[in-house]
Amino acid sequence: MRIFNFFRPAQPPKVESSAHHAKERLQIVMAHERASRDGPDFLPLLQQELLAVIAKYVDVDQNKVEVKLDRSNEISTLEVNIELPSRRPEPRRQRAALQGAASTP
Amino acid sequence: MGQIIVMTSGKGGVGKTTSSAAFATGFALRGHKTVVIDFDVGLRNLDLVMGCERRVVFDFINVINGEAKLYQALIKDKRVENLYILPTSQTRDKDALTKEGVEAVMDELRKEFEFIICDSPAGIEKGALMALYFADQAVVVTNPEVSSVRDSDRILGMLAARSRRAELGQPPVIEHLLLTRYDPIRVERGEMLNVNDVLEILAIPLLGVIPESQAVLRASNVGVPVILDDTSNAGMAYADAVARFLGEQLEHRFVKPEKRGLFSRLLGRTA
Repeated sequence: MRIFNFFRPAQPPKVESSAHHAKERLQIVMAHERASRDGPDFLPLLQQELLAVIAKYVDVDQNKVEVKLDRSNEISTLEVNIELPSRRPEPRRQRAALQGAASTP
Repeated sequence: MGQIIVMTSGKGGVGKTTSSAAFATGFALRGHKTVVIDFDVGLRNLDLVMGCERRVVFDFINVINGEAKLYQALIKDKRVENLYILPTSQTRDKDALTKEGVEAVMDELRKEFEFIICDSPAGIEKGALMALYFADQAVVVTNPEVSSVRDSDRILGMLAARSRRAELGQPPVIEHLLLTRYDPIRVERGEMLNVNDVLEILAIPLLGVIPESQAVLRASNVGVPVILDDTSNAGMAYADAVARFLGEQLEHRFVKPEKRGLFSRLLGRTA
């Protein structure tokens, strides 16, 4: 096999090369980091304030809050999942999902 | 008045000290009086790379603290005219670097030297900030690898916001990209970011591409800056980068795999 490969011209790098992935990932993460570089880190505060509002109406277990951020090229999503305790003793779960989507410049 | 140049990167192990030693030697070889300063307080290494580790008596921190005169701490290179090394302390920590202390030393050096190269420590803490604070120009040393590129971008942000030029509203620090440990064969295989990818992401002018080279380790083993090994690709690439810094227009070499003859290709294939 090798002897046949030898006469073939070198293949151009495939689009799916690992270097291509590296470049794409860097471009996305750095676009976001540059935009928020000197801004305040608002996520902890946002989480606190959201919880405070919800806690006014329902009992919230502070340990059952999930904040997820997904940054991609066109759109970023912020997902806050707060587990609400069931009123009755049997373990029936309700979930309130607050989802905010913001397009990035 | 001398120019202050910081060699910086954010990430460690990308070649700041190797590059500092090479640039300082390169400037001196071209007749410019140059001093290279080790800002990595507590982790002294520039002296080893420059091969003057056995001649250190006083250091940068002694000068800042007024325990020694500047001329007592400066070590004159034995190989190259016009080249001086200011080693750092092995025992103190970064807190020994006060803004006022560093400024006083810089002011004195500016009167004597054309180029003052500050070899920054890794990280973005006090040592790195002090190394870049007084800079007129910055050489950002980057490897073609995701963490290094990201950290370089972070450092560019620091240069734009936290340098003295930024604080005083003066013209910004002039930025140069030095891409090190570049492996054209892996780039061609699509396993390594290519020079244009990195340029597109960091968007600063390219000063040079230093190929991955065994000569770098050999040079540090014996304490001779790799630029003095003028038969090695890395040495030649550093010489080119220094020339470009001084205004020469040179094509970038060593960015494409070397053409191998039929014989060596056959041998390589069967290995």
